[in-house]
Amino acid sequence: MEMRLIEGKKAFTWKGFFLQWEWMLVAIFIGINLMNMNLSEYYWDYNSLRDATMSFLDKAFIVLPMVFIIILGDIDISVASIVALSSVIMADLYNMGVPMPLAMIICLAVGAVCGLINGLLVVKFKELSAVIVTLTTMIIYRGIAYIILKDQASGGFPDWFSFFGWGYVGGIPFILIVFTVFALLFGLLLHKTVFGRSVYAMGNNITAARFSGIQTDRVKVIVFMLAGLMAAVTAIFLTSRMGSTRPNIANSYELDVIAMVVLGGISTAGGKGRMIGAIIAIFLIGFLRHGLGLVNVKAQVLMIIIGLLLVFAVMIPKLKRNKAVNKGS
Amino acid sequence: MNESGLSKAVTAGEPPAAAKRSLSATIAKFRELGLLGFILILMLAVQLRNPSFLTLENLNDMATNTAILSILAVGMMLVIITRGIDLSIGATLALSGMIAALFVGQFPDLHPIVSILLGTAIGLVCGNVLGFLVSKMGILPIIATLGMMYVFRGLTYMASGGKWVSAHQMPASFKGIATGSFLGINYLILTAVLVYIVAYYFVGHTRTGRQIYAVGSNPDSAKISGINTDKILWLVYSIMGGLSGLAGVLWVSKFASAQGDTATGYELSVIAACVLGGVSIAGGVGKISGVLLGAILLGILNNALPLINVSPFWQTGIQGAIILVAVLINAIVKRGVDRNNLMRRKI
Amino acid sequence: MKRMKWLTACLSVLLVMSLLAACGSNGGNNAPAKNGGGSEQGDTGSKEKRKYAIIFKNTGNPYGEKIMDGFKTAVEELGYEAILKAPDQPTAEAQIQMIEELISQKVSVIAIAANDPDALQPALKKAMNAGIKVLSLDSAVNAASRITHVNQADPELIGRTLIQGVSEMIGGEGQIAVLSATSQATNQNTWIEWMKKELEDPKYSKIELVKVAYGDDLRDKSVSETEALLKSYPDLKGIIAPTTVGIAAAGKVLTDKGLKGKVQLTGLGLPSEMAEYIESGVSQWMYLWNPIDVGYLSGYAADALVSGAITGAAGDKFTAGTLGEKEVTADGDGTQIMLGAPFKFDASNIAEWKSVY
Repeated sequence: MEMRLIEGKKAFTWKGFFLQWEWMLVAIFIGINLMNMNLSEYYWDYNSLRDATMSFLDKAFIVLPMVFIIILGDIDISVASIVALSSVIMADLYNMGVPMPLAMIICLAVGAVCGLINGLLVVKFKELSAVIVTLTTMIIYRGIAYIILKDQASGGFPDWFSFFGWGYVGGIPFILIVFTVFALLFGLLLHKTVFGRSVYAMGNNITAARFSGIQTDRVKVIVFMLAGLMAAVTAIFLTSRMGSTRPNIANSYELDVIAMVVLGGISTAGGKGRMIGAIIAIFLIGFLRHGLGLVNVKAQVLMIIIGLLLVFAVMIPKLKRNKAVNKGS
Repeated sequence: MNESGLSKAVTAGEPPAAAKRSLSATIAKFRELGLLGFILILMLAVQLRNPSFLTLENLNDMATNTAILSILAVGMMLVIITRGIDLSIGATLALSGMIAALFVGQFPDLHPIVSILLGTAIGLVCGNVLGFLVSKMGILPIIATLGMMYVFRGLTYMASGGKWVSAHQMPASFKGIATGSFLGINYLILTAVLVYIVAYYFVGHTRTGRQIYAVGSNPDSAKISGINTDKILWLVYSIMGGLSGLAGVLWVSKFASAQGDTATGYELSVIAACVLGGVSIAGGVGKISGVLLGAILLGILNNALPLINVSPFWQTGIQGAIILVAVLINAIVKRGVDRNNLMRRKI
Repeated sequence: MKRMKWLTACLSVLLVMSLLAACGSNGGNNAPAKNGGGSEQGDTGSKEKRKYAIIFKNTGNPYGEKIMDGFKTAVEELGYEAILKAPDQPTAEAQIQMIEELISQKVSVIAIAANDPDALQPALKKAMNAGIKVLSLDSAVNAASRITHVNQADPELIGRTLIQGVSEMIGGEGQIAVLSATSQATNQNTWIEWMKKELEDPKYSKIELVKVAYGDDLRDKSVSETEALLKSYPDLKGIIAPTTVGIAAAGKVLTDKGLKGKVQLTGLGLPSEMAEYIESGVSQWMYLWNPIDVGYLSGYAADALVSGAITGAAGDKFTAGTLGEKEVTADGDGTQIMLGAPFKFDASNIAEWKSVY
């Protein structure tokens, strides 16, 4: 295993600037687009690309707080279940007569509460890792969703509700606009605020962070709450995309989200990574899927390609660094 | 607080301190006491609800159904101890099971041991790939195993050609791997017991086994103290792969069917069994006995939930609640045990 | 030097991916794309370029593969191009993405076996608004999401036949249970409803349905649920499993426990999966239908919709290749096209079907 160096401020070089992980992602992204354009005539079409974003951006909302969680060195695998639970509660309440806007606010509240519970369990029971806590709550939240809706679907939403998942504002998908706003907010939160610096500090060395005055417990709880909240945002958009909901929605979303985050260069060892990397990774995987889907690549081949992409994308900079380390020592 | 406790023990003289030490010594030795107690209470509760739970036949069914999970849990424990994780075991299981099943379909007259070796070999290959990626390439286990999970799963579908391998295509000798028994004990249970005995010896009584703990506990000092961390990491993933391969053959034999989507998501159950059993995700901590108990708890849940005759829509929720209680009890007991240990320390 | 290695590595990765994608794709989009076009019209373009698409529930499913084979045969018989898609996970979200991809490819028809009857509505409506004809098959979507539905067999007939079958097997009295797939599966629930309705008939007064268990189409869960049924209801006489994974799992459990003859088994299953258990007598007979025909019928129905031969309203008639004339009938809020009656598999014919599907 490598020694972890604390990165100080290095002198700015053009080479250093462009050899960063995020630029490599951009290069791969451009490469994927070139490949897709070559494969299918339907790809490089404004409508096709625009509508493609609506397919994969619903889970992108969870990626934003997940970056925080993974920088902290934790993980949250209950997010998919929180999506299901908040969606189910929203639909059920609406069909019981609660006005839709209020139901949506309650949906967000449910998500935040679920995240809050996750956070409290993680900080109150430090013997338990985030993995086991969120594994447990993953099962429980999904279980509650099943208890509420059983084998029924719940839907019949007002017409304006479909605007979330399907609507455009001035030709740009609404979901893309909302995502951009959230991405900016989370990016600023991570890179330009004390809160963000605390998260990095805690990810690097939590004991040192606590002793330097950071309220580690509070930061963790807030981060998990944000994850729950954004899961509820995903719930709203996903439910709008489907026009109805069941307890079994958002299956395996957590794996997709984690894949996007780690591809974005955020290390699960904690303390490293940048928001922009995750955002590029979202679009990278999304457009790759779309492009290959346009030539109707079989699902099994698509799986292999995505798997190899993940592995190779992480491997290439390691190859460079290994060579450098070997040369240096 | 600790000082006053210690000074009380010292000033109070020998007998009370000795009594306190022996009680806490016994508890400290068995960190999993909380889990064990919980399992016993759970079994009692289920038995009250449905008396056919604690019958020999049901216990046998439960053990047979849990055997595969427990074999995988041992491998996962080793991986988690080294601060890693392996999300690809379900896919490795499916791949080796599928290839083994296709193989016996082509060569039905070969001894079943050949298919077991074949499956295990495929699992070892998969595990070696992972070991290479994690140790030599330095890729984080979560990424490497997540990526290879997709690859192995895709390969499984491609190997199957979109078809399933069904019972009538498997020779009786192959199906007998999982249904046969020796001295009245099912082969699956025997295999699991064998794996546990070997693992117990390996982990607790060999140098390599101790080195695995060292690497997980503090990788940097392990490397400096001369342990070949690369080799250990590679080994751990290979073992996990081999066990997954073995489990694949056993699974396909047990259910007499090989599908492309076999064991999708199974890795989560295996990880749950490990962490329930006290294996720490932070690395360096984990006991075979704990993992066994964790697997048993999950096995009981899978077996008991349909028996207690609740609405199927409550099954997931109840399962989650029980796991939560088990986890919390384990945490609280561990907290108490650690506090006892601290108080017993002579400064 | 280092940057060269980095660039070549990136390029080789892309090259590998392109190669994989090229050999992994079906439907000949590659060649025309490279030549910069071919006709781009979607819906009613030149006859040769019309594309008919089918989306199944998940990949690697032999039943689904056969349906798609039948569809492809029909579409190619008609002289068009067939696009076969199936997601790796049986989720509605994945199918919504596939519908979007097909809309972008400007196909003429989407035939879909849905993972969720309601969740695809907005996506399919978008397809219909774009001029694409939508029909469902095997696993229906709600009437608002489709023009019509191709049904393999009348669900009422399926439900009633299964009860009649099990009743005959157990001699008209005793306890029976149902082992289903997931609790959310619509066609499962419809069949179970009809089973319960059939049981209301006084001639089944001595038969009691004690439980509906859900195996979630997972092998291990189906086994656990079957074992639990046998233990909780020691007097159980019959199990109906209208799901291919469930019935095979139940067959294995009954075989392993030596309960052949004591507990009867029937349901809907793949002949390949059930051959072992029918030949051994654990299950005396079971039912299904020919998925190749389902796909074939869907292909011709799709073409009839595109050409305007039918509009999907009840009473329309069209010719479905070698299957002959088919009629659109009413079905709840919508309409459907029926393939026929369920097909019975027993010891006399299982040998010929077990290698087909």
